Formats: sequence, C-alpha cells, structure tokens
Amino acid sequence: MKPINEMKISFPSRSSNESFSRVSVAAFVAQLDPTLDELADIKTAVSEAVTNCIVHAYKEKIGMVYITTSIYPDGRVRIKVKDKGCGIEDIEQAMEPLFTTAAGERAGLGFAVMQSFMNKLKVYSKVGKGTTVIMEKKLTPRENG
Amino acid sequence: MDLKIESKDNAVTVYLTGEIDHHRAADIREKIDMAIERIRPPMLYLDFGGVTFMDSSGIGLVMGRYRAMQLIGGKLIVRNINPQIKKIMRLAGLEKLSVMEKGGVTNEAN
Repeated sequence: MKPINEMKISFPSRSSNESFSRVSVAAFVAQLDPTLDELADIKTAVSEAVTNCIVHAYKEKIGMVYITTSIYPDGRVRIKVKDKGCGIEDIEQAMEPLFTTAAGERAGLGFAVMQSFMNKLKVYSKVGKGTTVIMEKKLTPRENG
Repeated sequence: MDLKIESKDNAVTVYLTGEIDHHRAADIREKIDMAIERIRPPMLYLDFGGVTFMDSSGIGLVMGRYRAMQLIGGKLIVRNINPQIKKIMRLAGLEKLSVMEKGGVTNEAN
C-alpha cells in the first residue's frame, strides 16, 4: 500500500530536539483527527525512539536522526526513526523490559513503551552502521462531522 | 526551569510541571536530590498534576527517588497522575512498589 501523505525531518542528536521531534510527528498526524490518547501514545513512542538514538546510538557524539512519518489510506500511521550510530549487538536483549546498558537512571523501558503504545514495532540494526525502528499505529476511524 | 518544592510537616512535596523527558530529567533530578539531602524528609510527594507529557525518563526519575528515599528510611508517593502517565507507570510495575497514591488519579476529559 502506498502512503497518501508523508513527511521527513532530520536533526542532530541533541536532547533539546526530543521535544521538537515528537511534537513535529504529532502535528503531522493531527490531520487524521486522532484522539488525545492516540496522539499521546505516538508522542511517547517517538520520544522513546529518539531518546534511544541520543543516549545509545550516538552516546557522547552528535549524529543525525532521521524520521519519516507516513499516513496510509486505511488510517495507519507508520513512523520510521533511523540513526547511523553504533548499532545494537543483541536486539532481543535490548528489547527486554528493564534491560539497559546506559549509566545513570535510564529505566530500560524504551522498547517496551514503543511496543505497548503502538500496534507494531520492528527493529533493524547493524553494529557500526546504525539502527532503524519502524512502528505503526492504526488510528480509530472517526465519523466525519 | 521552575520546580516548586514545598517542605511542610515532615514532608517534602515536589510539584512537577510541563514535559518530563530525557532532556529535562537530569535537571529535575538534581533539584529534588538537593532537597532530599538538605531536608532528609520521612515523606516525599511527587505531584504530577502539572505534567503535560512524560516518557520513560520519568520512570527513571521516580525509581531513582524511590531508592534515595529508601536510603534515608523515608517513603515516596506519586500523586495526581493522569491516565497517560499512569499507563507508563503501570508498564514499569510501579504499582508493585505501592508508590502510586490510591484515588490520586486525575480524570481528564478527552
């Protein structure tokens, strides 16, 4: 199925861009008239994916984060968050709730949140090349007023 | 950023506002920990009433303060959490720590 609308943004992996990225995606998705809950779910999932790029993929350095958001005729939203960072050695382990390699106070819940707040989640990664997270959410159709 | 911290009757209440993400968590953490260290209260309330967005960084924040309060023999309670924040806290299993105030959920109209 081909998307009926699409947007792309890219930005350096600075934590000050976390808010920008989730708000941008939410603003684009707003044309589907999502519920506030759906919008909050999407913002949270994007925030987790982008934070992963900042905290894990690029760690101490700054690299680019690429987001593509696509809207499909059946009301599906597909969000791709891509980085060219260090990559994940063991994706399965990384996706386990509470697993984290980060120092400090990361809860290790990033993927668990993406998984539970979105309908679909796929993670592709290559060590030294980067990681791509693709998530989908089907929005409830609303009656046209 | 502004963080209202109130100390009254052996309890410290922190009124969190705005968006809690990885970008802001470090600053919030530092301010709360300074208050804990200075006052060493038996009770710490984290009030989420003014929070408009929170991702799993907020969980790290709560868990870290839970441990900090345990270290000084105190307790932590989170209150005024909206349904979206409650969803993340549940996912993290915070209910098992019984830090979520009963009946403290704000019911926001959608």
